[in-house]
Amino acid sequence: MIGGLFIYNHKGEVLISRVYRDDIGRNAVDAFRVNVIHARQQVRSPVTNIARTSFFHVKRSNIWLAAVTKQNVNAAMVFEFLYKMCDVMTAYFGKISEENIKNNFVLIYELLDEILDFGYPQNSETGALKTFITQQGIKGQPQTKEEQSQITSQVTGQIGWRREGIKYRRNELFLDVLESVNLLMSPQGQVLSAHVSGRVVMKSYLSGMPECKFGMNDKIVIDKQGKGGTTDEPGKSELGGSGKQSIAIDDCTFHQCVRLSKFDSERSISFIPPDGEYELMRYRTTKDIILPFRVIPLVREVGRTKLEVKVVIKSNFKPSLLAQKIEVRIPTPLNTSGVQVICMKGKAKYKASENAIVWKIKRMAGMKESQISAEIELLPTNDKKKWARPPISMNFEVPFAPSGLKVRYLKVFESKLNYSDHDVIKWVRYIGRSGIYETRC
Amino acid sequence: EEAEKRANMPAVSKGDGMRGLAVFISDIRNCKSKEAEIKRINKELANIRSKFKGDKALDGYSKKKYVCKLLFIFLLGHDIDFGHMEAVNLLSSNKYTEKQIGYLFISVLVNSNSELIRLINNAIKNDLSSRNPTFMCLALHCIANVGSREMAEAFAGEIPRILVAGDTMDSVKQSAALCLLRLYKTSPDLVLMGEWTSRVVHLLNDQHMGVVTAAISLITCLSQKNPDEFKTCVSLAVSRLSRIVSSASTDLQDYTYYFVPAPWLSCKLLRLLQCYPPPEDGAVKGRLVECLETILNKAQEPPKSKKVQHSNAKNAILFEAISLIIHYDSEPNLLVRACNQLGQFLQHRETNLRYLALESMCTLASSEFSHEAVKTHIETVINALKTERDVSVRQRAADLLYAMCDRSNAKQIVAEMLSYLETADYSIREEMVLKVAILAEKYAVDYSWYVDTILNLIRIAGDYVSEEVWYRVIQIVINRDDVQGYAAKTVFEALQAPACHENMVKVGGYILGEFGNLIAGDPRSSPLVQFNLLHSKFHLCSVPTRALLLSAYIKFINLFPETKSTIQEVLRSDSQIRNSDVELQQRAVEYLKLSSIASTDVLATVLEEMPPFPERESSILAKLKKKKGPGAVSVNELEEGKREGGELNGGGERGGDSSSTPSPSADLLGLRAGPPVTAAAPSAGSLLVDVFSEAVKQPSPTAFLRLFVCKNNGVLFENQLLQIGIKSEYRQNLGRMYLFYGNKTSVQFVTFTTTVTCPGELQSHILHIHTWNSLEPLIEGGAQVQQVINIECLTDFSDAPLLNIKFRYGGALQNLTLKLPVTINKFFQPTEMASHDFFQRWKQLSLPQQEAQKIFKANHAMDTEVLKAKLLGLGMALLENVDPNPENFVCAGVIQTKAQQVGSLLRLEPNAQAQMYRLTVRSSKDTVSKRLCELLAEQF
Repeated sequence: MIGGLFIYNHKGEVLISRVYRDDIGRNAVDAFRVNVIHARQQVRSPVTNIARTSFFHVKRSNIWLAAVTKQNVNAAMVFEFLYKMCDVMTAYFGKISEENIKNNFVLIYELLDEILDFGYPQNSETGALKTFITQQGIKGQPQTKEEQSQITSQVTGQIGWRREGIKYRRNELFLDVLESVNLLMSPQGQVLSAHVSGRVVMKSYLSGMPECKFGMNDKIVIDKQGKGGTTDEPGKSELGGSGKQSIAIDDCTFHQCVRLSKFDSERSISFIPPDGEYELMRYRTTKDIILPFRVIPLVREVGRTKLEVKVVIKSNFKPSLLAQKIEVRIPTPLNTSGVQVICMKGKAKYKASENAIVWKIKRMAGMKESQISAEIELLPTNDKKKWARPPISMNFEVPFAPSGLKVRYLKVFESKLNYSDHDVIKWVRYIGRSGIYETRC
Repeated sequence: EEAEKRANMPAVSKGDGMRGLAVFISDIRNCKSKEAEIKRINKELANIRSKFKGDKALDGYSKKKYVCKLLFIFLLGHDIDFGHMEAVNLLSSNKYTEKQIGYLFISVLVNSNSELIRLINNAIKNDLSSRNPTFMCLALHCIANVGSREMAEAFAGEIPRILVAGDTMDSVKQSAALCLLRLYKTSPDLVLMGEWTSRVVHLLNDQHMGVVTAAISLITCLSQKNPDEFKTCVSLAVSRLSRIVSSASTDLQDYTYYFVPAPWLSCKLLRLLQCYPPPEDGAVKGRLVECLETILNKAQEPPKSKKVQHSNAKNAILFEAISLIIHYDSEPNLLVRACNQLGQFLQHRETNLRYLALESMCTLASSEFSHEAVKTHIETVINALKTERDVSVRQRAADLLYAMCDRSNAKQIVAEMLSYLETADYSIREEMVLKVAILAEKYAVDYSWYVDTILNLIRIAGDYVSEEVWYRVIQIVINRDDVQGYAAKTVFEALQAPACHENMVKVGGYILGEFGNLIAGDPRSSPLVQFNLLHSKFHLCSVPTRALLLSAYIKFINLFPETKSTIQEVLRSDSQIRNSDVELQQRAVEYLKLSSIASTDVLATVLEEMPPFPERESSILAKLKKKKGPGAVSVNELEEGKREGGELNGGGERGGDSSSTPSPSADLLGLRAGPPVTAAAPSAGSLLVDVFSEAVKQPSPTAFLRLFVCKNNGVLFENQLLQIGIKSEYRQNLGRMYLFYGNKTSVQFVTFTTTVTCPGELQSHILHIHTWNSLEPLIEGGAQVQQVINIECLTDFSDAPLLNIKFRYGGALQNLTLKLPVTINKFFQPTEMASHDFFQRWKQLSLPQQEAQKIFKANHAMDTEVLKAKLLGLGMALLENVDPNPENFVCAGVIQTKAQQVGSLLRLEPNAQAQMYRLTVRSSKDTVSKRLCELLAEQF
């Protein structure tokens, strides 16, 4: 189990130090600083073993979070905990920065006491935590005795993520499908690897203890229904759009509120949702991905001192949709001494500090095309090494799910209170972002 | 040298501040993360690239600034692949700061880009020939800092001239001397001795102390390689030293360091003198002795300062002087005084001083003059061994105790070392054990004491007692019949301890097996008691020990027939006769059969007492030498060898042959090689006697080479294990060599591998070697295998390729390195020519470097026929009736290499009366003449 948890700033100074077990000495703090933070290695393993002590770390901007243990723990669990810890901190005070950590150190110690007990992770659900760890900024009304006893029963009860007696005047529900699409393409346009990792994030403001059921165009479910010959339920097509009928999900994980037994037997996703924002599920698909953009590179070396680059991007989705925040990053050789760029749309600039030409376009509709051409001057060097030609990468945001996922329904049942599925206002949104979206040149 | 550069730098003028650089560095320092730093650097690099690329010519200042930035980026650990050209441009600037940055960049980032090297060398040449001393110094520092072969090639000729030129400034001379030293260390072959050498020696007389200090480092290094050429430096060094030593501390002003006049120079002078034997000239010697006495006297004076630097400087000179006294080893008076001085240091509170004193005393102990004086400090040293906190000091104390040991104090010292062993540091235990074992053996008057000591040793530090030690005790017990009874008794007593070390069981098993009968009379140690005692340890021992015990049991059957049934019972038990270990099972089966089938007479013959071992160099001593590395003890050992020569073992072969390896098969009874019965049989005697200190004598790799200059076939190498024969044929510039490896033993060699390497330059372009049919890794006993090597001569060469042979014989790794007899003369094509032609060519080759001549004494009888045969074997044509003097021999031939053909002429003039030869070789290439002359001079 986790023996201790330290938070460092970029210089390696300790901001937070919480030791849970006696086998972790004071010198462990220094060992990590000396061997990991101050070691200037380029590629770092997230797990480091120093003197029979394991250090698991994650980095958020300039802040290092390190979990320390002397035992043979489940590394995935430790990292899951660290990520959760980051989420909790973000939920409490926003961005994880040195300033914020210093300002909220009392809160952080209080949180650490709550979510780790003798090194064993406890309830780290932000919603639940916020009910009883209430530092300034979080609603500060003093709680009644009754409420306090409720907290106890909630935290220790069967449904730890939702307290009873929640009431809303308007029952509302927001559902976001967030996907990031990853691609590696050859210069000739051949897809070398592609996958989408997506998340379904929900924000619910529902009264009572509602029972929800979530449906999407999962291939297995659709096929089963097709075989069974049942007709579509009336509510099905109102949320879903046109396009592919079903998608094959490679793997998925759920929030703890989802009843896994039901998923295993019927492949239906039913749950009692936590109050507020949470991530319902994560999934990954690799088949039939809609690639929103196609990048066509053209690189020509003119002698030893000049390089001509032309890049065309084509948007490949419905013309009615608009892609946003488009950024194309064209790497330049390490001996670039000057760059001239011409582009028809957007703005392009040579960024010397990153050895790349960065081309930004604010908006672009579907089925359009745009191009950039650049002349790169090179300085002759003594090095005989040839330029490795790193791939051209791209960033963007599109208003649909590149995996083809569609939400078919989300039904809410609350038997005790008098509102039905129809009374709940539901909002669905799809956002597709670029992950590592690269084209070789 | 960097510091010196900075010190030489003139005051920074206003424009030289390089604000841009300062801003850049502070930006980097302020970066919060590695990523930010990389971004900043990329930005700066792009900026510099655009500046360097720009069409506008940069002024010197910006060039300097950007080159500085590049240098800083490089020192941060990033690759820099441009800017070299700009740096080279800076070299030709007239401003000191710009030139300096240029040189700095070149020395840090030089790469062997041919084009740039030429430009750099050009710039350096210009600076060397300028009259500006700062520029010359910069250039010299650059050469020294780079120190590459290319640099040496370009400047090795020039620097000596600068060094000895009359009008060179002192500061330049210093730099030149150090620069030359550096070049000599990296490529000694390129720094040629010449007439400058004698003038360098005279730099010892220079007015400027800095020049002397720099020059002496150079001279010390050079004289180690060519002692004869620098012989004259001794008297100069002595007079310089006496001037320094006798000067008052105020005389040398700048060179006085905490009241000690020129301590560095004094140390270097003393070190230089250690390269030479004592001066023969009485006056010089007298003066030197006077100096040394003064130094010893000064050590007694009260310190002039309490500062540690003062005493450090003083002691440095003193220790150097003591090393010189020890090196001369001819002044009893000085040696004793040195010893007394060191004795005072033994109790000094400074640990370093105590360490150094112990170390120096160790060498003093080996001198016959000071041995007694050293011995007076025995109590202090023993005390040091017990109380010193630093393990390295304790180690020195142990070394000194070992060195000062002689017959008079052996018992005390051995006892002290034994008692120390119980608490000794683990790292030195094994060495201590070896030392105790050697001392006990060497100074044993009374062998019971020896046996006691070794058994004690095994008791105290059994884990660290190597096999050699207990082999040795058995060897000695077997060879001395007066101690056998005592040994048996002591071993018996030692074995009665409830827990005893396995090595003790081994010794016990062996000795009781041989001499158990000597104590069997006592009812307390009756045969059965002895057997039960041994057998009680049996189950706790490892397999080799058990095997040894089984052999002891069968010997018991022979010694005491009454134990036969008990022992047979043991042998017959399943745990023996069905043991999973093949060796144990075989022994059990065979011993059982032997005891039940053979008659008592046969048994008595087979299991006879072991014959005495032949005397040889103690294998323990060899082991100690190996452990410490050759040279570390050899001085001591040789010295003791002289004094104590063969005290114990009747003067066996003892000598400086430090490369001997321990016996290949360390199996005491030689049983691993064959069935156990033959082990005791007399026929196997030769195999047995060697197991203790059989050593594969490794000849120096060149020894055999000489024999093959004039012949192509023969035995290249031979020892007890292996014979290597050679057969070779040459045509034009190609050769083929057949190597025959013969296994002389009856045991197979496993993992037999050979590799041919061409060391150094030979590899790159001179000789091309290619082997075929790689050998089988196994050579059966008595078998021979063949290997073929193809050779191609690309250009002339002087070194020979190395043949490395590795194999395992009976578990021990054997490693041999030999030189292959490939010499330049093998590629000779004989050329017949008439007298007229010969002399015409002889005259054509009249440049002084084309000729090599040597006059040498005859090593063999001057037989004309033999000489003729040898010259023919050389590969040249022997020309008759050419030389007017019929006694003389002349030869002609052409050496065929791939690159060129080198015609060579040879003339050998014997002088029968003086038993001398004069050999003259002329050829179109100077290196060839030289090499041929060297090769041939060893032949006649």
